[in-house]
Amino acid sequence: MTTTAQRARVSVVDRLRWEIRDALVITKRNLLKYIRVPTLLVFSTVQPVMFVLLFAFVFGGAIPLQGGLDYVDFLMPGIFIQTSLFGSTNTGVGLAEDMNKGLVDRFRSLPMSRSAVLAGRTVSDSARNLFVVTLMTIVGYIIGFNFQNGLLNAAFAIGLVLAFGYAFTWISATIGLAIKDVESVQAASFIWIFPLTFASSAFVPVESMTSWLQVFSRNNPITHAVNGARYLVLGEPWGAMSDVWITLVWTVALLAIFIPLAVSNYRKAV
Amino acid sequence: MSAPIISATGITKSFGDVHALTGVDLEVQAGTVYGLLGPNGAGKTTMVRVLTTLLKPDAGKATVAGYDVVTQAAQLRTTIGLAGQYAAVDEILTGRENLEMVGRLYHLSPGESRDRAEEILERFDLTHAAGRTVKTYSGGMRRRLDLAASLVGRPQVLFLDEPTTGLDPRSRLGLWEFIERLVEGGTTLLLTTQYLEEADRLADRIAVIDKGAVIAEGTSDELKGTIGGDVLELEIADPANLQLAIGAVEGMCCGEATVDELRNIVRVPVETAVGTITDAVRRLDTAGVKLVDIAIHRPTLDDVFLSLTGESVEDALPADDELVTANSRKRSRR
Ligand SMILES: Nc1ncnc2c1ncn2[C@@H]1O[C@H](COP(=O)(O)OP(=O)(O)OP(=O)(O)O)[C@@H](O)[C@H]1O
Ligand SMILES: [Mg+2]
Repeated sequence: MTTTAQRARVSVVDRLRWEIRDALVITKRNLLKYIRVPTLLVFSTVQPVMFVLLFAFVFGGAIPLQGGLDYVDFLMPGIFIQTSLFGSTNTGVGLAEDMNKGLVDRFRSLPMSRSAVLAGRTVSDSARNLFVVTLMTIVGYIIGFNFQNGLLNAAFAIGLVLAFGYAFTWISATIGLAIKDVESVQAASFIWIFPLTFASSAFVPVESMTSWLQVFSRNNPITHAVNGARYLVLGEPWGAMSDVWITLVWTVALLAIFIPLAVSNYRKAV
Repeated sequence: MSAPIISATGITKSFGDVHALTGVDLEVQAGTVYGLLGPNGAGKTTMVRVLTTLLKPDAGKATVAGYDVVTQAAQLRTTIGLAGQYAAVDEILTGRENLEMVGRLYHLSPGESRDRAEEILERFDLTHAAGRTVKTYSGGMRRRLDLAASLVGRPQVLFLDEPTTGLDPRSRLGLWEFIERLVEGGTTLLLTTQYLEEADRLADRIAVIDKGAVIAEGTSDELKGTIGGDVLELEIADPANLQLAIGAVEGMCCGEATVDELRNIVRVPVETAVGTITDAVRRLDTAGVKLVDIAIHRPTLDDVFLSLTGESVEDALPADDELVTANSRKRSRR
């Protein structure tokens, strides 16, 4: 038996190792849920795939694009971002569920790292996002989508989508731990993510919006993220390298704000 | 006496204007079982949550295994196990996976976690269900798994919040036996309960807690002493015979009889033994008193409350003030 005193005196390196190990234990536990409840995976992926098809076929003919670009090519980067943001709301819901089932109490009474439950949750939700985005890409390819900027940029585009979504999982975690009620968390996430996403360049060019909305939309971080992804997928003029940088700055800034907030909410969770 | 393994002084905790704890002092010696006894809303769970670092006290100081609950929370957590009031197990995982996960989070190696899980599953009679997801478990099985999880880290101090609530009588007995064996192994245990019987059976010392404060503390015998032990209750057929009945049974044991004139009931403290009832019946028969009913009444939590606060347990629940006074006056008539 390891004595408690030994466990208490640990170096910084050990602590970091344990922090990662604890987070992986939690990640594994969260991902097991998708294996144990396959319907969850099916239905949570059906919706994004349906969105791809609906948007492509409903708006496809109605939205004229510069240079005659296929709408599906325009759509895919936008819908990647939208899916990744909507997917991030699962983080808050999952944490609220764990809290209501008393699991958070159990975790908090264990000598595990304080951030592992949150890190594990955000990482597993991002893993799920990766799965969904991959699936959507396949569906996109079936209906005529193409990465037009090489494989490397395609990988960067997916990376950008996931990184931006990852920042939002921490916002969602902060909200989930503050509100605690599963259904309220769900609703509370959508009332801001929904308008923010639709008032961006995700589905239609900003130029097609009414003028006051254009002002908002151009400064919307989601527009930058979509344009950044679009730049990596399609190249100019659908976005610019500056959009990629701005998106990364937003990502880092959001993480810097919401990781401490979420961890603090977790410590205080009752 | 050696330094207590759990010690708390002046712990207070409020949630808004609900004062859940209003200055709790506790001392628990290593290797003993300590019972926190109190009705709903007394503050038992809040106290356990403070001692297990889940909740910061507003004021006061507490240590467990020498570690301060606020400033040394991380070290403290390596020494404790907690099974909360509601089973905290993951429904998606199997019983075995739940325990292995907890083992890993106590920083045991994968191999150790597996062995430990197997060993504990065996001990809690869950091996047969270990491969099933917890969703398929009954309430009692969940409770057992939850307790099992609290032992994975071989805690020095174990906290069990109402461990037998929701268990059927057989499981409850099984759990009591298990807890007794556990404590023989040297684990210190703090448990909360609403049942005097449970505290009586398991705890070396008991603190009665009400409205956020400890209102009595001692061994089970000491506490029962304050409320007078077992009581013989006689329901008399003819109210005119009440005095006669008192005269007949008062000599039986150790205290004065009391009368409930409304219901023609005489109560007299007794030391229950074989023949107590027969003896009483014989005495009353000799005196010519006719009985409707006779029973030995063991002290319950309600009696402890009645004697300590002048309120019954139900009355102690948040209720209309006037109602409480009216009721307690009626209930405490002697
Ligand atoms: N998180 C909270 N927010 C607000 N009030 C709370 C909170 N936790 C506990 N309380 C209040 O504090 C008081 C004590 O609650 P506690 O859960 O400690 O009682 P208890 O003795 O465990 O009761 P029970 O036997 O019902 O479990 C109650 O009035 C309860 O409503
Ligand atoms: Mg409680």
